[in-house]
Order: sequence, then structure tokens, then C-alpha cells
Amino acid sequence: MSIFLTENSKVIVQGITGSEGRKHTARMLASGTAVVGGVNPSKAGQTVDFDGTSVPVFGTVAEAMKETGADVTVVFVPPKFAKGAVIEAIDAQIGMAVVITEGIPVHDSTYFWAHAQGGSTRIIGPNCPGLISPGRSNAGIIPANITQAGKIGLVSKSGTLTYQMMYELRDIGFSTAVGIGGDPVIGTTHIDCLQAFQDDPETEAIVMIGEIGGDAEERAADFIKANVTKPVVGYVAGFTAPEGKTMGHAGAIVSGSAGTAAAKQEALEAAGVKVGKTPSEAARLMREIVGG
Amino acid sequence: MDLFEYQARDLLASHGVPVLPGGVAETPEEAEAIAREISAPVVVKAQVKVGGRGKAGGVKLADDPESAKARAQDILGLDIKGHITHKVMVAQASDIAEEYYFSYLLDRSNRTFLAMASVEGGVEIETLAVERPEALARIPVDASVGVDAQKAAEIVDAAGFPAEVRDQVIAIAVQLWDVFSKEDATLVEINPLAKAPDGTVLALDAKVTLDENASFRHGEHDALEDVAAADPLEAAAKEKGLNYVKLEGEVGIIGNGAGLVMSTLDVVAYAGEEFGGVRPANFLDIGGGASAQVMADGLAVILSDPAVKSVFVNVFGGITACDAVADGIVSALGLLGDEATKPLVVRLDGNNVEEGRRILAEAAHPLVTVVDTMDGAARRAAELAA
Repeated sequence: MSIFLTENSKVIVQGITGSEGRKHTARMLASGTAVVGGVNPSKAGQTVDFDGTSVPVFGTVAEAMKETGADVTVVFVPPKFAKGAVIEAIDAQIGMAVVITEGIPVHDSTYFWAHAQGGSTRIIGPNCPGLISPGRSNAGIIPANITQAGKIGLVSKSGTLTYQMMYELRDIGFSTAVGIGGDPVIGTTHIDCLQAFQDDPETEAIVMIGEIGGDAEERAADFIKANVTKPVVGYVAGFTAPEGKTMGHAGAIVSGSAGTAAAKQEALEAAGVKVGKTPSEAARLMREIVGG
Repeated sequence: MDLFEYQARDLLASHGVPVLPGGVAETPEEAEAIAREISAPVVVKAQVKVGGRGKAGGVKLADDPESAKARAQDILGLDIKGHITHKVMVAQASDIAEEYYFSYLLDRSNRTFLAMASVEGGVEIETLAVERPEALARIPVDASVGVDAQKAAEIVDAAGFPAEVRDQVIAIAVQLWDVFSKEDATLVEINPLAKAPDGTVLALDAKVTLDENASFRHGEHDALEDVAAADPLEAAAKEKGLNYVKLEGEVGIIGNGAGLVMSTLDVVAYAGEEFGGVRPANFLDIGGGASAQVMADGLAVILSDPAVKSVFVNVFGGITACDAVADGIVSALGLLGDEATKPLVVRLDGNNVEEGRRILAEAAHPLVTVVDTMDGAARRAAELAA
């Protein structure tokens, strides 16, 4: 098992004909993902060739789902058009929309989040690297060849810290790694992933990576205390970030005393999470727990 | 992007929100001219993006143009909590019968927008929220629905606005939603929203934060940027499209990915404790691509920072493998030539790491040290900067 994404997932790509969409579709296919189609209203009926694999392009998400049985869409369309693309995916009732696009206005992401309520679409991101269930499927831009399938679940706001952790623990491997994104408003949260990992029999331990801004980590800590029995190792980035400055990710900002790394670490430790001072230390703590 | 009060006032006025006449001045003479035009008592207010300016002497009343000039003279140049006052706003002074509070903001915890309103305005709203939470109405606003007159009435009634101002405040609440949604704001806060003795309700002071991600649909927002206040290094980096934040420290940092760079700053700060408190000098995320040109641009900005004594390049080779990154570093040093003068500690890990390290070893640049682990490299960079 894995969470959210399995070997049976059928993936389409919105924005498959753009440079990012094309590049990462090739990588997804190379790692064994069933990419069954793409969406671009102006190129419907065409196919895109990826090293011998020919992927059909459809005019709409609904049409792509009808023709291919797709249940996951990966969204690469530029910020200007992302709101429309995600709303289209929600209205087509696709199971999961993985929004890679960085730089979506927060009014747009808050809108599509509100629009998704009561519907059947799980949103991952925006501004995220997507998720990977190694050896099974890869929806997004996480490099597949830095790790392997295994028993650790990982949830992270940051892309490169996800990669770093997957690489450091590559001999043990991962059930699923989810990059939930660094924007102030995101679809799937730390808590959603913690719950899913807790319920996944294949996942034995969980790594949770957070960063400054908001209170998602504090809420996750409360959730862990009440609901998670599997061991959790944490890491929080941004202890040295000054107040009021956005550190790369739109959501990574300390406002007054809220959103600091110290407060997050404290909350996690109070919930029994072992928090590493550096990513490598977090990896070592995980190694002590799961062995290997 | 946080706006100055005068910018916020102009933005509100452009959406029909009632404000008092006024203008912005950079010299005492300009302040005098604005006061003359208003031809009534004025208030001269320091334009700084920080609270508590009244207590710091940054807000003064003036009865006539001459005293407006004198007050502007007092206030211009004033240091308010580290912010130097370069501009003052001169606005018609208003007698205040009642002070209210009204705001819209992004509520990231609940992934929605929030309206907050109170009939006890004029005080720090954080203080009110803690001391008298029952006096502050908090009403979620569905982003896919917004605020119409009916929703505005719900907010206004929840806050208990008196009957004689209810209709005015409802109308203002709808106008403020217009500002918040159409301008892509993450905060529109009116404090105080004041009732004048004649019963008119006015926005007397405003804080507005705009979402920079939405700048592609707001070309007019570019002009609101406070170019003068920007750090020169940050300005140079921005010109090259780099994601750079200047910090107070000695170790220049380059990395790929916001999370990894944030983490790098922390690891350097820990390592620096051993070497007399050496700290990271900046945040710089060159992204996943990391071409030689981007690496060279990044290095150029960091090396031009006189505070930098060593540089730590921390890259995880994921999408771009380590050999490509190593090639980028070597070419970047070639492009920089004699401009590269400070020691570089490089840590590469991830895809094709052996090949990446081999490329750096072969280039054998005299300034470059390769260290295998992030913690070890941070220690070395801190040591070199001590």
C-alpha cells in the first residue's frame, strides 16, 4: 500500500504541451507512471511523443477522464490560467489534482479550495513538487531515482528538503512522499497526510518536514498527540529567518511571534515527536527508529 | 507588499471608500502647500510601515499651513523603530465621535477569508482580541461567494454597530470587499473607522497588504513599491530575477529550493556558534534549474556584499543532477574571473554526485573546498568566515 497514489493510478497532465509539462511528463513516464493523457483545449486530438510513448491530448479534463479512466491530474499551467484549470478538474470530479504551479495568487487558490468543498477532488499544492509512491507512481516533479520503495511515510512543505530526506534514507525507502507545498493556502495538509500514513499498513514511521509561517505544524502536533501511534520524526526549517521577510516560499514568513520555527519545534516535541536540529540529524533519528 | 498609509488611502478612495482630503509630502514646503489647499486644520502623519508612530512623535496636529510646515520639519527624518521617515501624509483633521474597527484578511489556518469588526476601534486590535474577544466579531467569508450587502449586514450586525451608522458601515463593508478582492489584497484593515460629529463614517487610517503573486494582473501596483527603502543588494538581485534576502552575517549562502536554503541558514548559524557567533549573510534560492548563468549571477551578488567572508554553496542534485551543477559552478567562476575573491565551500549531494565532485576536483579552483555533508560544509564555511 501507499497513500493517495498507487500503481493503479491513471494520470493526466494539464499543460502537457508546455515546456515544464513536457519535461516532467517524460520523467513521470520514465519512472513507470501510467500517464494516460494530457489536456490542452487548443491541441485536442493531437498526440505528444515521449521517447516512443505516444500520449493523447484532450480538450477538457472531463473528456480525458471519459476516454482514459484517469483519476489523477497534474497541473503545470502558468499562474494566470491555474485557477481555471483547477476548477475544471474539480468540476470534472477527478479524484486528485496535484497543482505544481508556483506563483498562483492566493485569492485564486482560496477560491478553488472553497470551490472544492463538498466535491470529490483531493487537492495537493499549489506550489508543490507533487507526490511519489516509489516503484509505483510519480505525480509531479520529485526525482524518482533518488530513493526506493520502503516503509517510511514523508510529508513536507519543501521540495528540496523532501529530496534530501528521501536520499539520506534511500536504503530504507518510502511508502509515499508528499510535497504539500509552500503557499499560504494549500489543499492537502500535514494532518491529512499524517492520518493517511497512520491508516496505511505499509507505513511504519513518518517524517514530517515543516517551515516557518502559519500554524500548520502546531495543529499537526495536536493531531499527532491525539491520533498518531506510529513514530514521527520532525524537522523545521527557518530558525534564522527574520520577522516580516518572505523566505522564498510565499507562505514562509514570520509575523510577530507567530509562525516561528522555535514555536513549531516546541509544539512537535510536546507531542512526542523527535525533532532533528538539521535534516541529517532528523534522518539519523529516523534510522534509529526503523533500523537499517 | 505592505503599502504606506497614503497609498492605502488612495486605493480605498479609488474604490469609493470615504476618506478625508489629503496628500503626501517629502518636504516641509510640500506639506505646507497641501495644508493650504485643504484650508482647515490638518494632521501630519509619518509614513512608515510600522505601528506605534503616534507614541514615537510621528503624528501631529497643525492649525494652519505654517505650523503644518513646522510639524513636517519635525517628523521628516524621524527614526520610528528603525524606520526612517521619508514622507509625511497631510490630511484634514477630523473630530471623532466614535472609533470603530473593520478588516478583511486571509485566514490561512482555515483556508478562507475573514471579516473582523468591532465598535471598539482605535486601539491595537491584537490587544482587543486578547483582552475583550467578545467585542471583536469574526465572520468567515467564503472566497467563492464574497461579500454583498446581505453578507455585509451580517458582519455589521454581529459587531453590534449602532443603528444610526449601520447603513453607512454596510456600504463601506461592501466597498472594502471590492478593494480586498479586486486589488488582490491579503489584508485591508481600517483602524479607526471613525464617526465624525456630524454622523459621517470615514476611513481615517488603513493598512493594506497586496499579494505579489497577483502582480501579473496589476501592472499599476508596480508603482507602489518602495524602491528607495530596498536594500541595494536585494535590488540588484531582484533585477537579475534572483530570490534573495539580505541578512546580518558573514557567510554568503546559495542553494536550490526555498526549504533547503532556509535549512542551510539554520545549519550555518548552529555551526557558527562555535566560531564566535558567525551567521548567514543572506538567503538565496537559485531554484531547481541552476544554470551556470544563474549560479554566476548569484555568486556575483553575494561576492559584492562587503560583509561576506566565505560562501557556502549547498545544492541537492534532484531534477538537475550534480554534474550539471558542478559544471555550472566551474563556469560561473570562469565568468566571474578576478571578481571571485572569497573562499567557497561546496556541498553537493544527490543524483550523479560522484561525477559532480570529480568535476570540481579536476577544476581544482584555488578558492573552492568540497565537503561531503551539509553539516560538515556549514562548519567549514563558518570557520572560514570567523
